[in-house]
Amino acid sequence: MLVGLLLQGLQMALVLALAPLLVGWVRKVKARLTRRRGASVLQPYRDIFRLLHKEAVLADNASWLFRVAPYLVFAAIWVAAALVPTYATSLAFSEAADLIVIVALLGSARFFLALAALDAGTSFGGIGASREMMIAALAEPAMIMLVFSLALVAGTTSLSAVAEHMLTGDVGLRVTLGLALIGLVIVAVAENGRIPVDNPATHLELTMVHEAMVLEYSGRHLAMIELAAAVKLVLYVSLLGTLFAPWGIAQFGAGPQALAIGIGAWVGKLAVAGLLLGLFETSIAKMRVFRVGEFLGAALLLGLLGTLLLFVSRNL
Amino acid sequence: MNAMSYGEIALWLVLGTPAAAAAILAMLPGYRTTAALNVAASLTTLVGGLILLGSRPEPGPYLRVDDFNVYLVVLNTFVGFTTSVFSATYIGHELRTGRLTPAYLRFYHAMYQTMMLAMNLALVANNLGLLWVAVEAATIATVLMVGIYRTHAAIEAAWKYFILGSVGIAFALFGTILVYFAAQQAMGEGLPAMAWDTLLARASDLDPRLLDLAFVFILVGYGTKAGLVPFHAWLPDAHAEGPTPISAVLSGLLLNVAIYAILRFKMLLSANGEALAPGPIMIAMGLSSLLFAAFMLYRRNDAKRLFAYSSIEHMGIVTFAFGMGGPLANFAGLLHMAMHSLGKSAVFFAVGHATQVKGTQRIDGITGLGSTHPTLAVGLAVAVLAIAGMPPFGIFMSEFLVVSSTFAREPLLAIPLVAGVLVAFGALAMRLHGMVFGEPSPGTAAVEASYLPLFSHLALVAVAGVWLPRPLVAWFQAVAAMLG
Amino acid sequence: MHSLAFDIAHMFAGAMLVASFALLYQRRMSGIVDTYVVHSLILTVAAGWQAYIQDAPHLYVTAAIALVFKTLIIPIALRRIMRRLDIHRSVETVLGIGPTMLLGVGLVALSILLIFPVTESADAFAREDLALALSVILLGLLTMITRRNAITQVIGFLSLENGLILAAVGVRGMPLVVEISVAFSVLAAFVVFGVFFFRIRERFDTLDVQALGEFRGERR
Repeated sequence: MLVGLLLQGLQMALVLALAPLLVGWVRKVKARLTRRRGASVLQPYRDIFRLLHKEAVLADNASWLFRVAPYLVFAAIWVAAALVPTYATSLAFSEAADLIVIVALLGSARFFLALAALDAGTSFGGIGASREMMIAALAEPAMIMLVFSLALVAGTTSLSAVAEHMLTGDVGLRVTLGLALIGLVIVAVAENGRIPVDNPATHLELTMVHEAMVLEYSGRHLAMIELAAAVKLVLYVSLLGTLFAPWGIAQFGAGPQALAIGIGAWVGKLAVAGLLLGLFETSIAKMRVFRVGEFLGAALLLGLLGTLLLFVSRNL
Repeated sequence: MNAMSYGEIALWLVLGTPAAAAAILAMLPGYRTTAALNVAASLTTLVGGLILLGSRPEPGPYLRVDDFNVYLVVLNTFVGFTTSVFSATYIGHELRTGRLTPAYLRFYHAMYQTMMLAMNLALVANNLGLLWVAVEAATIATVLMVGIYRTHAAIEAAWKYFILGSVGIAFALFGTILVYFAAQQAMGEGLPAMAWDTLLARASDLDPRLLDLAFVFILVGYGTKAGLVPFHAWLPDAHAEGPTPISAVLSGLLLNVAIYAILRFKMLLSANGEALAPGPIMIAMGLSSLLFAAFMLYRRNDAKRLFAYSSIEHMGIVTFAFGMGGPLANFAGLLHMAMHSLGKSAVFFAVGHATQVKGTQRIDGITGLGSTHPTLAVGLAVAVLAIAGMPPFGIFMSEFLVVSSTFAREPLLAIPLVAGVLVAFGALAMRLHGMVFGEPSPGTAAVEASYLPLFSHLALVAVAGVWLPRPLVAWFQAVAAMLG
Repeated sequence: MHSLAFDIAHMFAGAMLVASFALLYQRRMSGIVDTYVVHSLILTVAAGWQAYIQDAPHLYVTAAIALVFKTLIIPIALRRIMRRLDIHRSVETVLGIGPTMLLGVGLVALSILLIFPVTESADAFAREDLALALSVILLGLLTMITRRNAITQVIGFLSLENGLILAAVGVRGMPLVVEISVAFSVLAAFVVFGVFFFRIRERFDTLDVQALGEFRGERR
């Protein structure tokens, strides 16, 4: 019991600690690929510490929601990340929640962020919130559809159980899993505000989505939101890694050696994912906003297709 | 030499001559030589076909001549020959008026022979895949021919024919794959699972539902090539815009080959007791083609398009007859295929003459032929009446047989059948009246092309209406029994 | 029972299905040609794999034809045509991309509904491969129907043909697969190297097939 709680706590701490590192790593990869030296991978840590010490400037007409929202967003995302088996399955909280809960937590985080964006009353906030909601309106059904298809494969929506099912090797190479992988990557790109859906490095009105929503924030609030975004990235990467590349995860009741392997494997997956993400973002261009709908629609259809194939056959 | 090798020689003639001729014609320039060579090659192929009547080669895994396809081969090669004679004299005019450039002339003749090769190959193929390849090759050849005049309308017609024909061919291939799949489960892999004779022998072992699905694809696919409604959209334009000899061959021969392919599969389905009876679907498609085409005949103003719709109508009647099934209806269907082939090509010959002397394809531009070109007028009138189903011509005989067998089995169906035939008759008669009588339209040049093909076809159709030689009747009856 | 060999064959068929959807998704002409290259590449690998697991060396020839002809020659020819005729537009569609893709999923469902009930006595893997191949065929047909540009219609037809070749190599031991694929490729070649494009280009200043429609029938 205590061990379980400790492991869960370790997972939450590791996620929090490694999140800015992942963000720094992706930026470094992108810089190197565009023949720049780029900032150090530890730069995001310095940014967050700097922000924490700065004064938070609030707009005159901002309400209590504006001040509270960053904490709500951070809390929701951190709890969601706690539910994803990163280096071990069957962590303490995993009994209480499944994939649907993760989706719901992420949805509520987005909801609060959008409200806060509208709260300041600026036009940028309005644009950002409306675009974010448009993306969410498609990304969430796609996510749920993909979760369905995975749940059908594993027979349960509990993420721990799905991970363990994938590990058993009984699953084999299935078309549905391939479709789900592509779909989840699309959704992950959209939810994390990465190219081709949104450019995390821009502040141009035409191209901002996430940045537009948080434009009014400063100081510790901004630090919370940045950290939350980083944790969200770790969440999605860990999710993809657990579901589709589950090797190295420590199972229930494993000894410290297996746990160490699990942590090492997870860090390795984060590194590889960061590299791939950097490569991906550098090689394609951001798509026009109205095309994002089609992009996510494709993910939804892939989920639909995967579910359809599952219903008709055991092998597909 | 014993009889068997005569058969093999004949088969070589039927297939090898067009192939060699196509290769040679692609290289020779000059109108006279190529036209003469075309005629000679077609004559040789005809001789081969006639020899096949007498002695047949051993059936092999790829090629097989049996009762069903031998008569179609003879018909094919005969109409191919007469059309080549017509074309030899017709194309000269086209060259002079500049509709056809000399560069394309080689192309034209080479494609003509390729088309004959493909059609003959399709008929004698024993292997499903080979049948498909041959029909596809025939499609390519005819598509290229349809677009040969390179006008806006010709290109549109060729493009539409290409797209629809290719999609049809693709579906037919999928049906073929499904049939092989069913056969492979019952008989194991390899060539025997694709050969007609072995398939028919083991037909009852094949999975009936798979055969049903396969037949639907085959009907859609080869039905497109046969011009059945609702897949007919390419047919009127292709006939109207291509050179007239090609229209004659399309209507007279290629449609028959497509129906032949459908019938082969139908035989397979009938031999399997549990499979869906293909009859009702074929009856429905045949009847809708007939009625649709019959009504469409009324507003046509282009002579070749008019007779293209008439082809759709007749293919509808043929499909209806074979859908009905039974000895009488099958006999009627076979007779109708032959008579339509001869009659429709005769009509197109006559129309070809008329368009050349009048300089236009529009019906209101071709009037008063009776006063300016009496022989042509007689030929045209007889041909159109024959096609419309006037006694004593062969088409009337076959239509009569279809109607009587329908009355005997499904009297209600006979009503739309007869109605369609009468509607079509009315439309054709009206149009004919306009073309033959009335004020002559400008254009009084003499007819340059030979009348021989036209009148020889008409003579055959007329004779067949009153008397069929005993062996031919026995033969049709044997095939009708095969068709089930 | 998940035999790895057949699972891999399924993955290739599934990948072709995804590539067909990607073909429906494209808005740019160059995107369509690139997606077609990927489509043909997957077909090549699938045919090669089938040759390996069925122990049928003639299928390697089919794979080679697909590789040389469909991934190299035809796309190069298409790109040349596009350059020469100066076509760099986006593709005009009849429906929107979303509804088109929904129709696509419907067609996949249809093909499964068609194939599965009639092949109950057959081997499970063969059935699924056949259903996936029919889906690719129907999606190719959908691409042809919902696009207005002549080149995209041709690519739709080419992807339909890829689906047919997939079906042919998937069915065990079908003879004449090589001959059929050669014949089909010849058909495709006639279209592409067409006589038609240059004829269409000469006669019309556009490749828009809607413009062709004015000359249909007897509306003069």
